[in-house]
Amino acid sequence: MNDMTVMDKTMEKQKTKIAANGVNVHYGESHAIKDVNVEIEDKTVTAFIGPSGCGKSTFLRCLNRMNDTIDICKVTGDILLDGEDIYDKRVDPVQLRAKVGMVFQKPNPFPKSIYDNVAYGPRIHGLAKNKAELDEIVEKSLRRGAIWDEVKDRLDKPGTGLSGGQQQRLCIARAVATEPEVLLMDEPCSALDPIATAQVEELIDELRSRYSVVIVTHSMQQAARVSQKTAFFHLGNLVEFGATGQIFTNPEDPRTESYITGRIG
Amino acid sequence: MPVFWLVLILLALSVAGFFLGRQRALASVGGNSKNLHSLPNYYGHNVALSGLVPALGILVIWLLAQPFFIDGRVSGLIPDSVIPESSSRGLVMSDVRRVAEGLDIVVASGGMTPAEVRALDAETTDVRAELGKLGVALGSDVRPEVLNAAQAYRSLSSTGKTAMTFVVALVAALGFAYAYSKTHKDFRARNVVEQGVLGLLIFAASLAILTTVGIVLSMFFETINFFGLHNWTDFFFGATWAPNFRGDSELSILPLIWGTLYISVIALLVAVPIGLFAAIYLSEYANNAVRSFAKPLLEILAGIPTIVYGLFALLTVGPMLVRFFGQGDNGILGVEWMAGATSVLTAGVVMGIMLIPFVSSLSDDIINAVPQAMRDGSLGLGATKSETIRQVVVPAALPGIVGAVLLAASRAIGETMIVVMGAGAIAKFSVNPLESMTTITTRIVSQLTGDTDFASPETLVAFALGLTLFVITLGLNVLALAIVRKYREQYD
Amino acid sequence: MSENTQNTSRYGGSLLKQSDRTRRRNAAEKRFRAYGIGAIGIGLLMLFVLVFNIVSKGTGAFQQTFVTLDVELLESKLDKNGNRDLADIKKVTTFGYSPIIRKAVETKVASLGIETNLKTKAMAGILSKDAAAQLREYVVANPDQIGETVEFRFLAQSRVDGYLKGRVIRANIANDKNISPEQLDLVDALVASGVIVKTFNLDFILGADASDARPEAAGIGVSMMGSLFMMLVVLALALPIGVAASIYLEEFAPQNWLTDIIEVNISNLAAVPSIVFGILGLAVFINYMHLPTSAPLVGGLVLTLMTLPTIIISTRASLKSVPPSIRAAALGVGASKMQSVFHHVLPLAAPGILTGTIIGLAQALGETAPLLLIGMVGFIASNPPSGIAEGLLSPNSAMPAQIFEWAKRADPAFYERAWGGIIILLIFLVTMNTVAVILRRRFERRW
Repeated sequence: MNDMTVMDKTMEKQKTKIAANGVNVHYGESHAIKDVNVEIEDKTVTAFIGPSGCGKSTFLRCLNRMNDTIDICKVTGDILLDGEDIYDKRVDPVQLRAKVGMVFQKPNPFPKSIYDNVAYGPRIHGLAKNKAELDEIVEKSLRRGAIWDEVKDRLDKPGTGLSGGQQQRLCIARAVATEPEVLLMDEPCSALDPIATAQVEELIDELRSRYSVVIVTHSMQQAARVSQKTAFFHLGNLVEFGATGQIFTNPEDPRTESYITGRIG
Repeated sequence: MPVFWLVLILLALSVAGFFLGRQRALASVGGNSKNLHSLPNYYGHNVALSGLVPALGILVIWLLAQPFFIDGRVSGLIPDSVIPESSSRGLVMSDVRRVAEGLDIVVASGGMTPAEVRALDAETTDVRAELGKLGVALGSDVRPEVLNAAQAYRSLSSTGKTAMTFVVALVAALGFAYAYSKTHKDFRARNVVEQGVLGLLIFAASLAILTTVGIVLSMFFETINFFGLHNWTDFFFGATWAPNFRGDSELSILPLIWGTLYISVIALLVAVPIGLFAAIYLSEYANNAVRSFAKPLLEILAGIPTIVYGLFALLTVGPMLVRFFGQGDNGILGVEWMAGATSVLTAGVVMGIMLIPFVSSLSDDIINAVPQAMRDGSLGLGATKSETIRQVVVPAALPGIVGAVLLAASRAIGETMIVVMGAGAIAKFSVNPLESMTTITTRIVSQLTGDTDFASPETLVAFALGLTLFVITLGLNVLALAIVRKYREQYD
Repeated sequence: MSENTQNTSRYGGSLLKQSDRTRRRNAAEKRFRAYGIGAIGIGLLMLFVLVFNIVSKGTGAFQQTFVTLDVELLESKLDKNGNRDLADIKKVTTFGYSPIIRKAVETKVASLGIETNLKTKAMAGILSKDAAAQLREYVVANPDQIGETVEFRFLAQSRVDGYLKGRVIRANIANDKNISPEQLDLVDALVASGVIVKTFNLDFILGADASDARPEAAGIGVSMMGSLFMMLVVLALALPIGVAASIYLEEFAPQNWLTDIIEVNISNLAAVPSIVFGILGLAVFINYMHLPTSAPLVGGLVLTLMTLPTIIISTRASLKSVPPSIRAAALGVGASKMQSVFHHVLPLAAPGILTGTIIGLAQALGETAPLLLIGMVGFIASNPPSGIAEGLLSPNSAMPAQIFEWAKRADPAFYERAWGGIIILLIFLVTMNTVAVILRRRFERRW
């Protein structure tokens, strides 16, 4: 309970980073997201929870327009990043994704060296003027990914040779290297063992100081551990959204309660 | 064709055997098939197969082995003194065979009676002229020893044929009789038949090995003959390809390898970029409508026979290139760089067109095997699609693409019709792509067509070329398939 | 400097405005995409050029120029004894018919009132050398017509044919021994009066090849028979052997080194250059086993070995696609393994096997290189085979070999024939592949 009060305090000061109004997503015939309204705050960890197939990942992928890569996916409604509609015709998804980074369910390092994995984003976005600056960005990102000490001696070794937990932290470092403002994480620990999960969770808590983090998870314990705000999705609807402490201790909607107590899911 | 009739008779016998066996099985249980161990048809099959399979097997083995034995026996009849300095026993034997065949033709066409043929004597008659009068041309005069050997060859052949018919018929009869006598209600006909069928299946599968062995052996022995007549260092390390009929041919494979590789490289320069970009576009950018329209159309290019490409090279691309690069002041560019329609460029470009769908469909499969997670990771970092493809997808797929290119290279090296019609016949080392050059496959064709004399190095060199070609393409294929397999395992 | 301000400056503030870098990257993206479209475009363009080329150059072969003449079959020339004895009539060679044809041409030209200073021989020169043979054949078949005047449709010689098709133009015939401007004047006049017409030529499709001097008489029909007999051999051997081998490898083969060797072997045989199979055929079937040269049987055997890997690979794929539950169900009711395969798996896989076989046959039908080595090129097949044994064993050509043969000849009139032959070959291939696609669509089963 002591923790909770601290979180609540930090929360109040944050401004809204992403605001979604009346978002609907259709996959061909099926209606995947139904009229979702949610406000995601800066420098906060927001968790999306809900049973599998509830649309939480789909909604997450709307936030940096990753759904654009799927032909049959249609998104309607407004999603505003710092007050600008990211689905505006003038917005280039490439520029958007530089601001809204993403970490995926399965660690997906590129078949390149650790260094090149991290340097990939800065290189394509032109963030470094020279090799020294790039080295600096890579080191800084690997430190933020809490993996620097483990890999600093083998930066030229392939990223695919790391363990699962290390790979995922490398992917987080890779995402951080492009200096995003929002970091989306799609079940980042589902492929990891408990020790690696703990390391990644610790990292997420540190990242909160710099970024707005949105994490999709199927583990309620994880949501409770890392997030300040929690959104519960069910069958494409956003059922309930609020402070994590409140959702887990005193849910308003009976469906949230059923899920949290393990009756649906 | 007595063998043809023999086979027909065997087939007829086995059909009869089927019904007899079936009947006997049913008779043994008084017509009540429930008391049989197996279904009645199995008893029929058992009888039919027991006679047919061994008989056909012996027939095939006999047909394959008879020439071998007869050659052995007959070549023993040739005294060493008859064999000229520059020749070998095998080459004299081919003379013997040719005379024997000539005599057979004369008998078959009614020019001489068998008795007259047997009475031929090379000492007193000019056999070559005699046969020539009757329309059978022989390459050289017939020496008495050769004629004797040829006579022996003929008589052995006919004895062999008679013996074969007899033995095959006997085996078939014994097989039928044995299976028929075993047919009884307690006989496990199904198990026996299934064992037999399994044996046939195994035989069919091992034909693949037999084919490979056949390919290697057929070229190997003639290659050995070739190296008996021609210095192997000249073949592998000489610099000139100049066959002639004076007996001092220079037959080096190096200029041919140069031509082959040059043309293949041009073909790959055309096919790999186009095929690869087409594959990338189809698998990464195109929507379903474009894919389902463009992909089959491109694959039509792969289904067009090579003779069509050859004709295209000879009659369309070649003359077009001449109009650009040749004809002096009348040409489009006003230059005189190209003399004839056949050139390295002609063959290379057309072969490249042929290989486009080959490269693109292989690369398409390989690019599709790169996990979507890789692409998501890159796109999620804000990379554009082309950046993702160039920096993540293609590097990830590189081993597979290399394998595909190697397979395409092996195709290009072994391709025959396009180079026969488009590349020309002059063997030389030159870097000018507008000159006509020649390839291994073209030379195989030209050395083995027309009037061939299997006793001359100019003909036999084709087998050495063929063996080299086989080894090169086999090596490329094994390497490429291994690379592709390893690549696929990585993402499975 | 806080992280936030740094971020905003890095990406140029508003999302609604594209940064210069993004614009550059998007331009690169567009270029890359254009390369892809270009590559596909080139591929499709090549296909179009190829097809256009074939059709535009080949359709001419299906039309031929004919000259219609009334020929008086003079008894004095053809049957001097007047007793209609076939043996006597046969003694008159084709040379003996030339005067009759010359006379017919002369009469025709005179009756139409066409003025020409050509000699009679030159006038008759617009006819094919085949005309006399055609006439003789008719007379031998109908000796009772001697003495009558019969209307004949003769082939025009290839230069006249080329003139009507635009291949031969007056400017280029200065050095041509076979045609003169005066002859072309005569042809123009005869065309105007309807004596010379260009019509559909069935003989190209059904007829036999002709010698170098008579391209107008050459047809692809006999070599089509050669191809047909080769395909019969391939079908009769490759299908059963291929299916048997696939069944063994897919259903019965134990996992051991021997199976591995067989599998590696098959995948490698599929990539061995076809010319090597030709060498194998020459060395084994012709030199060693002494099967007749140029015989479709030998061609069929060689193509069988070539087609086997294709058929085995596709048959195995369709056997693999039959779900294991079917086998389990059959075994469960007490069928033996062999019965489960032959009664259940094989029938279910049959459409796939058939499709693969047709595609393999189509491949074999278009294959040329190995046929060169076993002597199926350069042979002028003049008579269609009269039975199965003759079809298999007597020398013949095959469609692609015939096309190659025409392409090698000096007279450009043969090129038109070669392209025309390709049209026919491609019609066969397209039909076979369409049947295969339809079979696959119709019977494809999703488990």
